[in-house]
Amino acid sequence: MSIGLHKSEFSNPLVRWIDQRLPVFTMMQKEYGTFPTPRNFNYFWNFGALAMVTLMIMIATGIFLSMHYVANTNLAFDSVERIMRDVNSGWLIRYVHMNGASMFFIVVYIHIFRGMYYGSYKAPRELLWMLGVTIFLLMMATAFMGYVLPWGQMSFWGATVITNLFSAFPVVGNFIVELLWGGFSVDNATLNRFFSLHYLLPFVILGVVFLHVAALHITGSNNPLGIEPKGAQDTLPFHPYYTAKDSVGLVVYFIVFAGLVFFAPNYLGHADNYIPANPLVTPPHIVPEWYFLPYYAILRAVPDKLGGVLLMFGSILIWFVLPWLDRSPVRSMRFRPLARPFFLLWAVNFLVLLWVGAKPAEGTYVLIAQISTAYYFAYFLVVLPLLAKFERPLPLPESISRPVLGGGPLSMGAAAKPMEKA
Amino acid sequence: MLRTSFKALALAIGLFAAAPAHSAGEAIPIPDRKFSFDGIFGTYDRASAQRGFQVYKEVCAACHGMRLVAYRNLRELGLTEAQVAAIAAQVEVKDGPNDEGQMFERPGRPADRFRSPFANDAAARAANNGALPPDLSVMTKARAGGADYLFALLTGYVDPPAGVTLMDGMHYNQYYPGHQIAMGAPLNPDQVDYADGTKATVEQMAHDVSTFLQWAAEPELEQRRALGVKIIIFLTILAGLTYAVKRKVWADVEH
Amino acid sequence: MADTAHAAPDGAPRRDFLKLVTGAFAAVGVGAIAWPFIASLQPAKDTLALASTDVDLAPITEGQAITVMWRGKPVFVRNRTAKEIEEARAVPVNSMPDPATDQSRVQKDEWLVLIGICTHLGCVPTGQKPTDTRGDYGGWFCPCHGSHYDSAGRIRKGPAPRNLDVPQYAFTSDTKIRIG
Repeated sequence: MSIGLHKSEFSNPLVRWIDQRLPVFTMMQKEYGTFPTPRNFNYFWNFGALAMVTLMIMIATGIFLSMHYVANTNLAFDSVERIMRDVNSGWLIRYVHMNGASMFFIVVYIHIFRGMYYGSYKAPRELLWMLGVTIFLLMMATAFMGYVLPWGQMSFWGATVITNLFSAFPVVGNFIVELLWGGFSVDNATLNRFFSLHYLLPFVILGVVFLHVAALHITGSNNPLGIEPKGAQDTLPFHPYYTAKDSVGLVVYFIVFAGLVFFAPNYLGHADNYIPANPLVTPPHIVPEWYFLPYYAILRAVPDKLGGVLLMFGSILIWFVLPWLDRSPVRSMRFRPLARPFFLLWAVNFLVLLWVGAKPAEGTYVLIAQISTAYYFAYFLVVLPLLAKFERPLPLPESISRPVLGGGPLSMGAAAKPMEKA
Repeated sequence: MLRTSFKALALAIGLFAAAPAHSAGEAIPIPDRKFSFDGIFGTYDRASAQRGFQVYKEVCAACHGMRLVAYRNLRELGLTEAQVAAIAAQVEVKDGPNDEGQMFERPGRPADRFRSPFANDAAARAANNGALPPDLSVMTKARAGGADYLFALLTGYVDPPAGVTLMDGMHYNQYYPGHQIAMGAPLNPDQVDYADGTKATVEQMAHDVSTFLQWAAEPELEQRRALGVKIIIFLTILAGLTYAVKRKVWADVEH
Repeated sequence: MADTAHAAPDGAPRRDFLKLVTGAFAAVGVGAIAWPFIASLQPAKDTLALASTDVDLAPITEGQAITVMWRGKPVFVRNRTAKEIEEARAVPVNSMPDPATDQSRVQKDEWLVLIGICTHLGCVPTGQKPTDTRGDYGGWFCPCHGSHYDSAGRIRKGPAPRNLDVPQYAFTSDTKIRIG
């Protein structure tokens, strides 16, 4: 073997030739073939893979849509309807893209929920978690700008309201808003730059996803018990065990996705967005897309403009410091009798915010939004720091394989299997 | 089991997430009208949609455009090529500029989109007492309640209840948000002459034109549902197979 | 991917039927996904519907030519002189790279209708305006790579493989044609 070539273990000559020069096959084999993965994942661990697949679907459909879409205020609405009517399969590609955004958020919300429940953000996975929060922020920006592109009433007024958030900042507020608009209102310049950024950001997301996965493969995955694997008996090679398990989740996910696309494509949308944008008429009831409703509820819960904006941004930025707010050494909520109900309440509270965000900001809805907002932040700032001090966690199992195998000695079959490739 | 309770919660997130976006709709309940395109396997009643086109052409088109629909699209409703060409030729379409640099009028062709009754929004407002008759191309998608709402609106003209004074030029409609609508009751009994002998009651015309507008808004609906059924059957079989493979792969692992 | 699937603990080959079927199913699914994307690249329905153009021939005097747009391409319409027609018919057809009689390329002797795109690599030949160079055979000349067409639009010299294409057209009256 010549010096400078990678030592490849592949026997196929072509694969070997490439692998010696660019060891992508060795890397794939290491990271997705033999990669030692905790043996006790439940189906919640599907959602990372589902999010990855959804990102691919969004990029593919988006590229093809952009071949027909026209980013001009006079033509945008009609060009989208032309995609629906005249472009071959255009309706299919557009409905997949449109509902794909919703599916993406559902998947990522469950992925985040899983990370919070099983303490996946704790050491040594803090940076992995923070990269995830970054992905989520980029997703929000991308989704927001994508929703503006069809140039319907909700597109226009959603863009107007959200960009006006930045005017809350003292001194620089109006400067920032005009910078976003490229004019004195949401107009053609805004639409053009949003289209440009909506095309760019998914590739930035892809880059951060790569870092997210790279970091994951350094620390290894967390698992439902929240304890680290102690040896080969605690892990399984990623392939075929988790490729098979992820495939099951993926196909089931596609069934739900297809149900939405083919039978209720406009269910999650708002009828007003099929009315062309009109800068002179505000719809009676502006609501963002459903996935932004919790933050919208937080924004409206505060009677002060700047306060509301800060709290809304803070509601996600606080996730960045979650690893340092929750100092409990125990990861999984399974072994945290007090934190568990508090967290499940937080999750329900999140759904309450989502629900109240769609309601008019009046009467009891405001009160509900305020109470929910208070609990949203109290969980991070009060409950978790205090529980870290006062909670007495349940005893942790000795290792992953012990509770799985009922505490008995390791059986031959189970021990032999993972060793085989090691 | 803990695991099952999570699954239920995960499902609940999906379902609850979906619900609220719609709960913020109209306070006036819209009665459910039975249409041929209801449900998962529903299709468009072609005869009804054709009659609906006649209602649109003879009644609605005086004020409402449908600029996204082309005459050629009417073939999908079962009209022949000659019929479509004849319908298109009835309107004068602005084209140009010609060699002298002038815009000119020519008879419509099947490739043309429906001609709008007004040159622009301002002209439409000027002719309609300040109110803008909306374009109807995607109307069923643009209103909560869709075709049910359109049918309710078209048949919802009643005398204003005692104590309600209508503003000048407004009409009372029990299903319109705010109840005061600028459009007067557009349909009157026997207003159109159906070629197939169907009696042109207000209800019949409203039903037909709602069917037509639903088709105009979602011409892909039948194709979409048919494809969806096939894809979901395919995915269900694939899910079964994948699950069997997963069981087999995991058979020698205790977990 | 990994070889794990092929060898069971006892060493027996495990190319089992179930995995083959599942794999085949999944492959069909993935293949089917490609179709709507490819279909979306084909001409859309409104593009196909706009496939005809009407041309009024009355203003074109003898010896003149006009260019009209049809499907985004230039179409040459020339009112040929008697001399041009005679020239086009006098040449022996067999000596040409793409033999075709003049009669087979026109519906009425004086009206020549051609898609004005060189069959070599898609440039637009010159020869429409009186001041244009018309090449060695009095028809059109493609400046990109030097193809010469005669007064029937046939390739006579140069790299182009075929004669200029004649679009589908029909006379709707004595002085009007519809292309497409």
